Amino acid sequence: MNVSRTELFLGFAKIGLLGFGGVAPWARHVIVGEKRWLSEREYASILGVGQVLPGPNTVNSAIIIGDHFQGTVGALSAVFGLLCTPIAVLIGIALIYDRIAGLPGVGAAIGAGAAAAAGLVIGTAIKMARRLKPNLTAVAVGLAAFASVGLLHVPMALAIAVLGPISIALVWRERRGK
Amino acid sequence: MSELLQQLGTMFAWLSLLQFGGTNAVVPEMHRQAVDVFHWMDAQTFANLFALAQLAPGPNVMVVSLIGWHVAGFPGLLVATVAMTGPPCVLAFGMSRLMQRAGQSRWLAIFKDGLVPLAIGMILASGWIMASTSDFSPMSLGITAAATTFVAFTEYNLLWALGAAIALGLGAHMAGFG
Repeated sequence: MNVSRTELFLGFAKIGLLGFGGVAPWARHVIVGEKRWLSEREYASILGVGQVLPGPNTVNSAIIIGDHFQGTVGALSAVFGLLCTPIAVLIGIALIYDRIAGLPGVGAAIGAGAAAAAGLVIGTAIKMARRLKPNLTAVAVGLAAFASVGLLHVPMALAIAVLGPISIALVWRERRGK
Repeated sequence: MSELLQQLGTMFAWLSLLQFGGTNAVVPEMHRQAVDVFHWMDAQTFANLFALAQLAPGPNVMVVSLIGWHVAGFPGLLVATVAMTGPPCVLAFGMSRLMQRAGQSRWLAIFKDGLVPLAIGMILASGWIMASTSDFSPMSLGITAAATTFVAFTEYNLLWALGAAIALGLGAHMAGFG
């Protein structure tokens, strides 16, 4: 698979521009579902690495994916695509926000859009899990991560610091004999 | 002006390396710095900028661009965005090169595979948290559930789910029960 710098820029710009309420569903949709730059597994593992590093994990993933296909310039193309276009839109929205916020129906539309955005994120997690066919250990680790952050509101950094080494150790133990 | 830019740059460059698990991890500290330490804005303005960044498309880190813009115009936007994303990008790039050098190493594979369930569990958790900020009306819950199913079990464009939800929200509002 060869992905050009322009394709990286445009692909990540699309992810940024469509990422209402969060870019995670769109990143997977564009990179794995639509353009097939990476397999489900390759993408999930890059996302995992992006998550243990400090910084927004889609930005970290963009750097790694851009570098993978086109080196330093590719990494820059991906990050610029991901950030520049949505920032321009954001400033546009900020400029007209006071005028549109009061219009009837805007609140209702935003509320419904936010409800759907939450569903996109949850659905993306379920889809990735379905397609990766994890073993029982991986399901348990994933559910523990979900429960600690989603239900018990443990800070994400703490959950990663505790569960990350445990999960890596479990994978290591599984493969020791092989 | 240049003193302001310097403050913005220093503050965000420092915060950028504490973003474990994503930008939302440092929002409380960002609030403290912007409102209580530097007095760039009051708490209400901070809350409004944060809401606006959540509403607009793009990665959550863009709240920083808005803060920079509010404090020092376009130069502020540029300095704040680069300071907040630059250091993590450099780290991610270093990690990317390390992984390329490690190639097919067994240890790298164990490390990456161990992080996959965490990455998916965290996406699920963030979707859950987004859903739990809704008003829990039957319509919101229904939209979230429908969008979840749509994404989890099909590979269709996510815009269909968002568009349908917004149309439904607007329709219900106009019909007088939104």
